[in-house]
This record gives sequence, structure tokens and C-alpha cells, in this order.
Amino acid sequence: MVSVCFYFQVHQPYRLRKYGIFDIGNRRDYFSESGDNNLNNEKILRKVADKCYIPATKVLLEIIKENPGFRVSFSFSGIVLEQLESYAPEALDLFKQLVATGNVEILDETYYHSISFLYDKEEFKRQVEMHRKKIQEVFGVTPRVFRNTELIYNNELADFIDKMGYDGILAEGADHILGWKSPHYVYSPLNSSIGLLLKSYKLSDDIAFRFSNQGWQSWPLKAETYAHWLSSINGSGEVINLFMDYETFGEHQWSDTGIFEFMKALPGEFLKNPDNNFMTPSEVIKAYPKRGELDIHNFISWADIERDLSAWMGNTMQHSALKQIYELGKEITLTNDKKLIEDWRRLQTSDHFYYMCTKWFNDGDVHKYFNPYESPYDAFISYMNALQDLKLRVEEIVRVDDREKDLDNVVKEVRVK
Amino acid sequence: MFGWEFPPFNSGGLGTACQGLTRGLANKGVGVTFVLPRRVPLDVDYLKVIYGDDSVVKTEYVINSILMPYHNSKNYMESKENLGSSQEDIYADDLIEEVLRYGSVGGEIALREEFDVIHAHDWLSFPSGINAKKASGKPLVVHVHATEFDRTGGEGINQVVYDIEREGMTNADLVIAVSNYTKKIIVEKYGIVAEKVRVVHNSIDFENYTLERASKLSEANKVVLFLGRLTLQKGPDYFVEAARRVLEHYPDVIFIVAGSGDMEKQIINKVADMGISDRILFAGFLRGDDVKRAYQMADLYVMPSVSEPFGITPLESIINNTPVLISKQAGVSEVLNHCLKVDFWDVDEMSNKIVAFLRYPELYQCLNESGRREIEGWSWDQPAGKCLDIYNEVLGEKKLGW
Repeated sequence: MVSVCFYFQVHQPYRLRKYGIFDIGNRRDYFSESGDNNLNNEKILRKVADKCYIPATKVLLEIIKENPGFRVSFSFSGIVLEQLESYAPEALDLFKQLVATGNVEILDETYYHSISFLYDKEEFKRQVEMHRKKIQEVFGVTPRVFRNTELIYNNELADFIDKMGYDGILAEGADHILGWKSPHYVYSPLNSSIGLLLKSYKLSDDIAFRFSNQGWQSWPLKAETYAHWLSSINGSGEVINLFMDYETFGEHQWSDTGIFEFMKALPGEFLKNPDNNFMTPSEVIKAYPKRGELDIHNFISWADIERDLSAWMGNTMQHSALKQIYELGKEITLTNDKKLIEDWRRLQTSDHFYYMCTKWFNDGDVHKYFNPYESPYDAFISYMNALQDLKLRVEEIVRVDDREKDLDNVVKEVRVK
Repeated sequence: MFGWEFPPFNSGGLGTACQGLTRGLANKGVGVTFVLPRRVPLDVDYLKVIYGDDSVVKTEYVINSILMPYHNSKNYMESKENLGSSQEDIYADDLIEEVLRYGSVGGEIALREEFDVIHAHDWLSFPSGINAKKASGKPLVVHVHATEFDRTGGEGINQVVYDIEREGMTNADLVIAVSNYTKKIIVEKYGIVAEKVRVVHNSIDFENYTLERASKLSEANKVVLFLGRLTLQKGPDYFVEAARRVLEHYPDVIFIVAGSGDMEKQIINKVADMGISDRILFAGFLRGDDVKRAYQMADLYVMPSVSEPFGITPLESIINNTPVLISKQAGVSEVLNHCLKVDFWDVDEMSNKIVAFLRYPELYQCLNESGRREIEGWSWDQPAGKCLDIYNEVLGEKKLGW
């Protein structure tokens, strides 16, 4: 028996506008870039909805109609749901239809797609709770499995998630963690009984990265061939976790690469073997025994070849920006200013720090492709400027509060007299 | 190889590039005979250097039919102005006459020397190159480091200079451009077919720089540097305009303007009018170790060129541990990633980036580290290798044995 477990990530950040040093103190609309550029959030969301979210979700709905045994899971960041509500409600309706089929599981994550777990665990918990609430509101379901931003994971996180009451958690099936072990079994985290599902990165990346690569020996990849590769895991594994960005379909791999036809044909091909089936993460955790305990002390993620945190925390600019945004936490939450707190949280989204990555900048690879700024330095400058403005706003509120307190005291004193 | 200047007797990037390229070629075992128009006390051991004024040239050879029609005194003066003051020191007399005199000896030298390919750098040496080709029948490669459009900012093109440039490119078997930016000008403004133009980006010998950090001008003040000719091409007016904006928000910055040129008076007056003479210092034309010291003194080097075919100075600055802000229009921008970039005309963005750089020390650290890492493997061997390929291409069957 071998089960395929699909999980698709749906996320779009609120990209920060080009925010100059002279904007500090003068404008507060950090995420409002308009016009024809790559920082215009509405424009990008519309584009991705038209190229991916709408056509891909229609394909999934068709597949479920033809193959009632098909299963898939999703994780939506809270901020992509907000943007779908505002800019592409018809795409959100399709997602709701998909969830209503009952063949789909929704996972939990941080509302703001942040790496708050590394800096502020209380804030992390609040963002996960916000996310759970949002999923209940939008889809009417309560997630049982957790996936952290960019599949960032370690023992400590698993323990935290266990204590929050989840049944399972997802992580990258990184070679340096697994060694001789296979990602094709269910594991459990160190000293924990929840399920740990590991991404089968070779098979996942065949679709997510290599599908349209004409220099790849398996190009063009046929559904039949790929289904055969999946089937061949029978006997040496129990579950194949295919984890990828949902944008793979139509956005990273354009429609003309044949990605939609591939996906449409795959379930039928795979189910030709009666030993095969599809499962959601919760079903996998229930169906299969845990084959071992994994001790993962250092953080891993699904980014780059390093599979570590260096995409977000690799240079001084990133460290400094992260440190400063989280240092504001205590003071900002005390202000109770909803808009201010929301802006602070939107600035925690991991993408902002990814754009500052200088690691691969010369190679013009994926980092450049996914960076809407002209350079990591431009990304850093806009971010730090906006952060200075945010600090000014906090100071203003604190000052007003102090003045009010002073005034109260004066009034009290007068009364006493 | 026909050149015009050679370090330390150079006024700009052309001489630096000739030095780097010939050394790179020498490393690849290519014998280079380098011709300069006049005798200067050079001390180089990897080159055979000969001087144009050592040749005994009979007067009748001086007359060059191509150039005669434009031979009038008005053009002499214009071209002298275009060249800027520093080069006038070396070649004091009438420039066009100098170019023609130099051109006329090209043929004679070509008959006397043994070589396979003729390589001429910029318009000043193109007549020499053409004459050498005519006399010897050997293939000619012309190397374009700058065009008349760069030097003048596109306004007041000197027709004589333009014609010499075009004549050189037309007569050449292949044309080398120092950037895609320059290639575009060669194709669009000089009507040369794109297939005939090869891009060879300049480089820098990273290894050859030893770093002794000079003392900072002042620990209390941040220093922002402009270093280049004070001409329209280099955009010094944009630099002082940005400086004014920065000073409004960040008064503790010192701006240094190093260089000389026909805009010097204008810029000095402008700074005085703005009332920021105490914050903008003029260092005059620097050479040798003073250039190095200027880079090291600065926190940030700004090159706001309006039209920059390549621009080696940002690379020199990075080697001296000073990050750079360059105009997107510069050719070097095609090969350098770890720097700040702006459109030269966008003074707002230029001042925004200067202030951000001074305000957030993380930028210095990341730009310095990554910038140095980016160019640490660079040397003139790479462009020299490309030139060698180009020589072999023009030689066709008669390939060089190196």
C-alpha cells in the first residue's frame, strides 16, 4: 500500500511599497503601491488568481468529480485570504467549493506567514490562534495539523505544537536529517506522540521545479511515467508527501508547459494500481504507524539547497531587521492600536526578509526571480525606513498616554485639595 | 596596439584599461608592442613600448585625405574643450593635429614592426590603426572605451571626432565595446552592424591591491565621495544636488568632489550659492596614492554618470573597502550586483539611498562583504582572454599559436 499526500501552500505577502527615507513620519500606507510594478499587491494577486488559483482549483474540482478517492490538503496564510477577499472573491469561492467536497484538509500556520517562533513565542501563539479562527470563519473547519512558515521546523517547535493540541506537523525531508532513513514513512518528533510528515523532496521538486526544464533527462514528464515512479515506492515506503507551492500550477510552471493536463491525468494513472490511494495528512497519521522518532535540534526548512534558515537570516541586514521588528513587540501590543499592531504584524511576514537575501544574488536564480525589488539592498532600505516610521507611531502613542496619565494625576490632586 | 595614455601618465580609465589589458595579454603569452604618441618615462617590463614622436616622418605622410575636410580651427578648440584640462597637460598643443600626426606614423610603424593583429584604443588612435592596416594588410580591431556621445552628454557632438570614430569602426574587422550600453550606441549612432561588435567588459586585478587603511577624515563626520572629471558626462551637478538634499536631513556629512574639468567653476559657484561650501570640499585632480586615500577616507563612493561606457572607479573603490552607489546607466552596472543603483537624474532617490546608507550601518557591512566577494576573482586575464578570442576570429585560418 502506498498513499500520496498532497499539500499545497497558498500565500502572498503584503509587499512593502517603495518607502524612502523622506517618507518617514509623512506616510503610513506601507503596502499601498499602485500602478504597473511588482510591488502592487492587488495587481499581483489578480495575476496569480487568473493564472493559478482559478484554473488550478477548477482542475482539482474536476478531478474530485471523476475520482472520489482523490485527496488534497492546503495551507492558506491569513493574509492571502484577506487579499483574496478583497481582490479575487471568485477565486476564494472556488476554494470554498473545494473544501466543501470533503476531500480536502486545511492546515494551520501563522496568520502572517511569519518566523515569529524564532523570536517571540507568545506572538507566534497568537498568530496561530488568529489563523485558526480565520479558517473557521472562511471554511467552517478546524485544522488538526500544523505546518510552519517555509516548513521551518525543530524539536522545540514540535513540542510547542504538540502542547497546542495538534495531531501532526509537516517538515522538509532534508537529506542531512534523514541520512539513510526514508521520508516515505510517518515519524514522530523527539519525545512526542504526534505525527511528523516529511516532504519527499525529490518527487515534489520533479513537479515544482523540474517539470518545464527542457534540459532535464525526464522532460517532458508524462503523468503515466510519474505515476509509475510513485507506484514503485510500494514495498519500500507507505506515504509519499508531495509538498509544494500552489503557485506551481500556472504561475511557476506556466499553463503552456502542460502542467494542468499533467495534474488532471495523474490521479487516474496513479489509481490504476489498486494498491495506491490518496490521503490527507490527518488520514495518513491515523492510517500508518510511526516508524521512528526523529531528533532534529537545529532548524530546518524547505528553502534553497541548504534547507536551513539562511534565506531569511543569512546576513547582517536580515538579522538587524528581524531583531528590530520583534523588539517592538511588547510596546506595540500594549498600545492596543489595531491598525498599528496590524502593520507591525504585516511587517513580520517572512518574504520581507527573503527579499534581503544576498546569498545567491550574483547567480540570478530563484531569489532574484521571486524578488520584486531591484536588489536586496533596496528591499532592506524600504523595510528599515518603514520600520522607523512604525517606531515613531509607537512613540507618539506612548507620549500621548503619558500626557493623559499626567493629566489624570493633576485632576486627582486638584480633587484631593 | 595603439593607445593614447598609460599609467601613471593617464587622465582616466582609458590608460588604466590599456595597462590591465596588456598585462593580461602578457600573462597569456601574447607579445604586445604598445605605441604611444609621445615619449614619457614609462617603466614596464612586460611590453615593448614605442613612441610616435621617435619616428622620422616625412611631411608628405602627414597629410591624411580622410581628415582634411574638417581641418579648421574652430573644431580644434571644441575638441580641446571636450578633452578636459588634465589631458591638455600631457598633450598641450592642438589635439586634432596631434591625433593626425600620430595617425600618420601608424603606417610607418606597421611596416617596421612584426605583428599579427592591430588593436587601437578609442578615436585618438583610430587613424594610426587605419594607416597601420593599410600599410600592412593586417586585420584591425578597434576598442571603444567611450564615444563622442558619452563625452558630450549627447549635446554639441564634434563632427571631426565623430567622423574619426566612425571611420575607425567602419575600417575595423571587429569592434570591441566595453559594455552592452556602448554596443548599443555603436550600433544605433554609428550605423555599425551588431554582429560586428563584441562586448568585453573591463575588469580589475583584485590581487594587485594591498590594503593599508588610511585614516578617516573625521570619525565624527561621514564622508561621501565623488571622483571623476567635472564634465557633463560624469554628472557632478547631480551629485551636489543630492548632497544638498541629504544635508537638509543629515547635516553631519562631508561631501568630497575630486577631479577637474570644464564644469569646475560652475559647480563651485553652485555650491556657494546653495550655502553649503563648508560641507562640500573640492580636492582637485588626484592621482596615484591620493586616489586610493580618497576612496579609503570615504564611507560611500558615488558615481552618478550620465553616460558611462564602463566605469572602473567603482571597482577600485570596492577594493578599498568603500561601497558604491552608481547610476544604472553605467556599463559596470551590467556586471556589478552588490552596490546601490539609481537613475542618474533621480536626485530624490540618490539622496534617499545616501541617507539610508549612512543611517543603517548594516548596509555598509553587507555591501562591503558581498561587493568584495563578488569581484575577488576578477582580473584582467578575463577580458584579455576574450580579446585573444577576437584576435583569432579576425585572423580566421591564421590562428595565433597561444
